[in-house]
Amino acid sequence: MRLSEYAVGKKARITRLSMTDANRKRLMDLGLLPGTEVEVVRKAPLGDPIVVRFRGYQMGFRLSEASHIEIVAVP
Amino acid sequence: MRQTIALAGNPNAGKTSLFNILTGTRQYVGNWPGVTVEKKEGRIRRLSDSLLVDLPGIYSLSAQSEEEKLATAYLLRETPDMILNIVDAANLERNLYFSVQLLEMGIPVVIALNMMDVAASRGIAVDGRKLEARLGVPVIPMIARKAKGQEELLKCLSHAAFPSSVKIPYPAPIEAAIARLAGILAAGDVRLAPSPRWLATMWLERNAVFDEYIRALLDPGVLAQMEQVRMECEGIPEFEIRNARYAWIERLLGEVAGHRTPALGRNWSDRIDSLVLHRYLGIPLFLAFMFVVFQITFSWVGTSLSDRLDVFISGPVSGGLQSMLIAMNSPDWFTRLMVDGVLAGVGAVIVFVPQIASLFLCLSFLEDSGYMARVAILMDRFMRAIGLNGRAFIPLILGFGCNVPAIMATRALDSPKGRLVTAFISPFMSCSARLSVYSLFVAAFFAKGQAVIVFALYLTGIVIAVLTAFLMKSFVRAEEGLFLMELPPYRAPMVKSLLLLTWDKAKGFVRKAGTIIFGMSVLLWFLGHFSIHGMAAMNESFLALVGGWIAPVFAPLGFDTWQAGVSLITGFMAKEVVVATMGIVYVAGESTLGALLRQAFTPAAALSFLFFILLYTPCLSTVVMMKKETGSWKWTLLSIVYSFAVAWIIAFIVYRLALLFD
Repeated sequence: MRLSEYAVGKKARITRLSMTDANRKRLMDLGLLPGTEVEVVRKAPLGDPIVVRFRGYQMGFRLSEASHIEIVAVP
Repeated sequence: MRQTIALAGNPNAGKTSLFNILTGTRQYVGNWPGVTVEKKEGRIRRLSDSLLVDLPGIYSLSAQSEEEKLATAYLLRETPDMILNIVDAANLERNLYFSVQLLEMGIPVVIALNMMDVAASRGIAVDGRKLEARLGVPVIPMIARKAKGQEELLKCLSHAAFPSSVKIPYPAPIEAAIARLAGILAAGDVRLAPSPRWLATMWLERNAVFDEYIRALLDPGVLAQMEQVRMECEGIPEFEIRNARYAWIERLLGEVAGHRTPALGRNWSDRIDSLVLHRYLGIPLFLAFMFVVFQITFSWVGTSLSDRLDVFISGPVSGGLQSMLIAMNSPDWFTRLMVDGVLAGVGAVIVFVPQIASLFLCLSFLEDSGYMARVAILMDRFMRAIGLNGRAFIPLILGFGCNVPAIMATRALDSPKGRLVTAFISPFMSCSARLSVYSLFVAAFFAKGQAVIVFALYLTGIVIAVLTAFLMKSFVRAEEGLFLMELPPYRAPMVKSLLLLTWDKAKGFVRKAGTIIFGMSVLLWFLGHFSIHGMAAMNESFLALVGGWIAPVFAPLGFDTWQAGVSLITGFMAKEVVVATMGIVYVAGESTLGALLRQAFTPAAALSFLFFILLYTPCLSTVVMMKKETGSWKWTLLSIVYSFAVAWIIAFIVYRLALLFD
């Protein structure tokens, strides 16, 4: 599953970051690593970008970028 | 200078507040060598042998963005005596990641644990003592915005600092590689300030700036050995190193931070967001906020204060100056120069200070509260359509205050092309100086719907900016950078810092009135009262000659008087000079200018003139800043020509339409 398709308010765990090296490093520096727990907090009025919470803070991502973040649902 | 201290921290950690507290007014702003990122330095107020260097707000030393590259290069090349690392206590996990990188470096570090109040209000109790013990460097709890903890911090900075002994345990293959690299560096007799362990991890992470730095420094033999180690290292070092750091921080937080906010907890900041970023309400709310800002500026506060100031200047001040000069027996021409030239010119501009201050106050309020980050999220989808991202919206909004800081703010954008496009379109954002012209004209010509006309002007500026960006999209493709926009929790802006900032802007405006506008007023007065035959009536003066020469260009737009021509020329110096010029060329006090304008312009011509003022060539300061930031004469000249052409065309259309509906 991809983060871009995930429902608002549910928790998930990152499994893979399938993007360019530079972008992956950037996300990992922010604390978004495989294994990190995330939650889609809300979506902007047109459904894009989405606001994601992880490690106690919130960050906005475009759907096009979130679609490269693979996740599994956390029960 | 005894020591250089580098101030480093994440964005939104309160770096600016801390820098201001520590250095006060003794700061210098420059640029980092070779790039247009701002570099601030200052002497520490009560530690005058210490220089504080403000590094850009960054999340890590990974050297992905311009700012990160810069900070990494600075730490490697200049090696400060100490790093003052500011950490947001309410967002410890990510902030500490950067701290860990700094600690590993082996340079003495002092940590300012900021926003203790915000952390407490979110139910996070951070144990500063324990954190200090575990990190092995001094940790000073602070509330920088309220200057709390300043004494302890100063005391700490004046003592000899020491490097941390923290050692993050990495997985075995990484540790083995680090040991081998340290061995190679030692054998190669490489003496670098940072610790060999840090150098080794940077190498394994493939940090671009570090690679470049070390390649220039080491001989090929040593490099080949290091390359070999990196090749042979098992796993994915750039992931495993980061993972180990975060894992270490997670364990640390378990010890030092009591009660961490549950991930699903809804605090009041979340509740505001669910409204402000609401699916249907988000954008109407944003427009409503903007409308309120304009109402405050133009109707509720700004204009009424301006009116009062106007009455004061054209009444007691003008009369007082005149009788004082007469009492001092000054020659008649000098009295007229001072009253009709200088006071009319400078006074006409000074009366707009309250309006401009109101606008800046409102914009700073929105910025400080954290709302601007939400605006970037709201607007991203629209900005993408014109090839930019939501971040570019912030410089554009600042443009409503003044185009100069707007173009400066494009520095915060990641992609060079995005910076160029944003800088190019920002002058179409109607700055507050142009507002002085609108206020004068709408008050003189339109009894009803003044706010609507001004709003339409602002809107036209935005539309032209959007269309221009759209046009540029096909020529200059802005590459898709990673759009990352942090949403910091909302906070109530500090009244004191808002007022200080507004005061600063108002002061700058008044200073400009005292210098450029004063000078222009004197020059204009002389040009307006002399011709080659000596003293002359104004419509035979040099001024009328010059204005009359360019006036035909504007005949199709409805205003071909030499007075309008002259004010447009002087408006290039600074847009607020337009009003000052009109005060002089129509020989009017602020109170009679409106009536005189009604004789010179038809309402249709007045409207067309306003649209021309909105769009035509930006002021000199903006052009200079454009050259500085784009680094290109081609784009700067294009901006001048393009905006003039657009202004002419739009004003022409407006004039013709206005004639139809008149």
